[in-house]
Amino acid sequence: MPPTTPPARPRTALLVTCLVDTMRPSVGFASAKLLEDAGCEVHVPPQTCCGQPNYNSGDRAGAKALARGMIAAMEGYDFVVVPSGSCAATVIKDYPQIFAGDPVWEGRAQSLAGRTHEIVSFLTRVMAVETVAARCEGTATYHDSCSGLRSLGIKDEPRRLLGSVEGLTLSEMAEPEVCCGFGGTFCVKYPDISNKMVSNKTADIAATGADLLLAGDLGCLMNMAGKLSREGRAVKARHVVEVLAGDTATPAIGEA
Amino acid sequence: MHEATTPDFKANVRAALANKNIQAALGNAQAGFVAKRAKARAGLPEFDDIRDAARDLKNHVLANLADYLERYEAKVLAAGGHVHWAETAEDAQAIVLDICRAAGAKTVNKGKSMISEECAINDFLEEHGIRAQETDLGEYIIQLRHETPSHIIAPAIHVTVPEVEAEFRKAHTHLDPARNLSQMPDLLAEARGVLREKYFAAEVGITGANMLIAETGQSVIVTNEGNGDLSQSLPRVHIVMASLEKIVPTLEDASTILRVLARSATGQEITVYTTFSSGPRRAGDPDGPEEYHVVLLDNGRTNMLGTEFQEMLRCIRCGACMNHCPVYQSVGGHAYGWVYPGPMGAVLTPSLIGVEKGGQLPNASTFCGRCEAVCPMRIPLPKMMRHWREREFEKNLTPSAVRWGLAAWRIVAGRPWAFRLVTGVAAFGLRLAARGRGRLATLPLGGGWTGHRDFPAPQGRTFQSQWRGQNQWRGRR
Repeated sequence: MPPTTPPARPRTALLVTCLVDTMRPSVGFASAKLLEDAGCEVHVPPQTCCGQPNYNSGDRAGAKALARGMIAAMEGYDFVVVPSGSCAATVIKDYPQIFAGDPVWEGRAQSLAGRTHEIVSFLTRVMAVETVAARCEGTATYHDSCSGLRSLGIKDEPRRLLGSVEGLTLSEMAEPEVCCGFGGTFCVKYPDISNKMVSNKTADIAATGADLLLAGDLGCLMNMAGKLSREGRAVKARHVVEVLAGDTATPAIGEA
Repeated sequence: MHEATTPDFKANVRAALANKNIQAALGNAQAGFVAKRAKARAGLPEFDDIRDAARDLKNHVLANLADYLERYEAKVLAAGGHVHWAETAEDAQAIVLDICRAAGAKTVNKGKSMISEECAINDFLEEHGIRAQETDLGEYIIQLRHETPSHIIAPAIHVTVPEVEAEFRKAHTHLDPARNLSQMPDLLAEARGVLREKYFAAEVGITGANMLIAETGQSVIVTNEGNGDLSQSLPRVHIVMASLEKIVPTLEDASTILRVLARSATGQEITVYTTFSSGPRRAGDPDGPEEYHVVLLDNGRTNMLGTEFQEMLRCIRCGACMNHCPVYQSVGGHAYGWVYPGPMGAVLTPSLIGVEKGGQLPNASTFCGRCEAVCPMRIPLPKMMRHWREREFEKNLTPSAVRWGLAAWRIVAGRPWAFRLVTGVAAFGLRLAARGRGRLATLPLGGGWTGHRDFPAPQGRTFQSQWRGQNQWRGRR
């Protein structure tokens, strides 16, 4: 993706995602902090869901209805930033296809797609952030969530920024690019397969010797963290932006 | 056709996950495929450009399919061969049986062919008193076990080495009990010895085709064991079973496909044998069949043309999608319940047997996208699986609980006040239910999740409500 020169203090909307909104607001606050540190003016327009659950379940009409709401909510900002590769990919890749040929909405969907970024790749690619001022003692392993990796090409960006976190060592899994088995509704529609996949993943995580699991998507993280705790493993799980923003005080996912 | 067990996918999955042999066999094989493909790809810098070229050439073929098929047919006829058009699998069965009967065949030797599997030709011939003998090692093993292939290029991938030994000891009654058959090369030598005799017994040889070349009328098979060559050149009659979309315009195009095929499949630059068949033996040829027949199978493929599933017809059956699929790796090929497993099967099966029977497969995907990322023909497999989910939704085949859930979500998320209310209650209620532990071990209606893992509890208040509270005084929204 070619680097674009952002305005001096870009008006930036945080598309916080349903899961972060409901389950883990600290990811939203960490995102806002990182954006402000990078020189963005952060706004949180009232918003609901991007429509991905409906879109991936075959309910195209439902997906369109929710997508229209999101498109309207995010108009008037220089950038829209998402702490999730999956929801970001829905807006960036799927919206233009969903509205292809629609005289009113195709243009608006394309405009939003062009302004929308996953947060870590936004910081590095658009705001040219090279380092963060954060500290986190320990060894982390990073899971590449599928949409961020394969739809948006995010691979080095989180590792580069994590490399600047004081006290943190990265230890790679054997297969960081293999799906954790979350898959949205997949994990409850096909629990047996999902369990097999997440069990492979937690074994891979444990083999790294890391005490901290990081990723860029809360759905995947809840799946892996839930399995790690069910298996009684001591590995903690956090969204990558929490560590980048220096928030290690908030209890890890599934901890109290 | 084989009766599909695809509607029982979930039961098949449970059985496969509980089967220690399947789990042991799958684990090692898949890692090998992935590493070999990655190495082969790295060794050819222009690999992705060739993928683009292969995609474009196959798109061109699909846009002009009838034209190229007619050209191919004319070439085969000119070389003295016969072309048979089979609209359905049953038609193909009848055509093959007629040819075998006319040849007075008691035994038919077979090279590996997924189209023959799609037509269940072995069972059909056996029912009519003709023995069909598989000659590919993997196919030979599963034939002894009375199974179907669990992988399109590695049909016995689900079988462990000790299981193969046990099968051989049962079937090969001549075997010395003291002979060591604990390693794969020993088993290969044993199978080779037994099959060698059988090559000379058959009156008819059946092979598949990886490609059909319109310009020359040739059919192409790629193999590593040489069994395909012996199956097709020793018997008096050679039958090629192929589906319509295997056609490519020219020899040059065939070489484009060959450059991505083996690399994607086994990680080889090219397979050990690449065999071109041009028709019956000509005057002066030292060997070759007296009769040459091509059975061209449609079986629902032309119905895919012009639909959102047309791109599936670019598939060259390399197996890379299933080799890289975490779902396939978890359950193996038999769980898919019909001929074609893995991501390509998840798209193709509903096309060929109907979404009513095959609809489980395109749903059983996380859309992780690894299949599309490795597909040499750049087939957008997840997108097409989503199209099947849309067809199901339109036809009211989506389970009613899911439909209700989606409708409710649309209503809630379609109204910001309702969304605030529902997410607020969920965040508060689940936090309360966790009773300070940070996670829940059980959830009402959430057994799909908590049966296997804990559910991390929310932090208590939604982000949007906290943000509004914190930022109102700062004049931000």
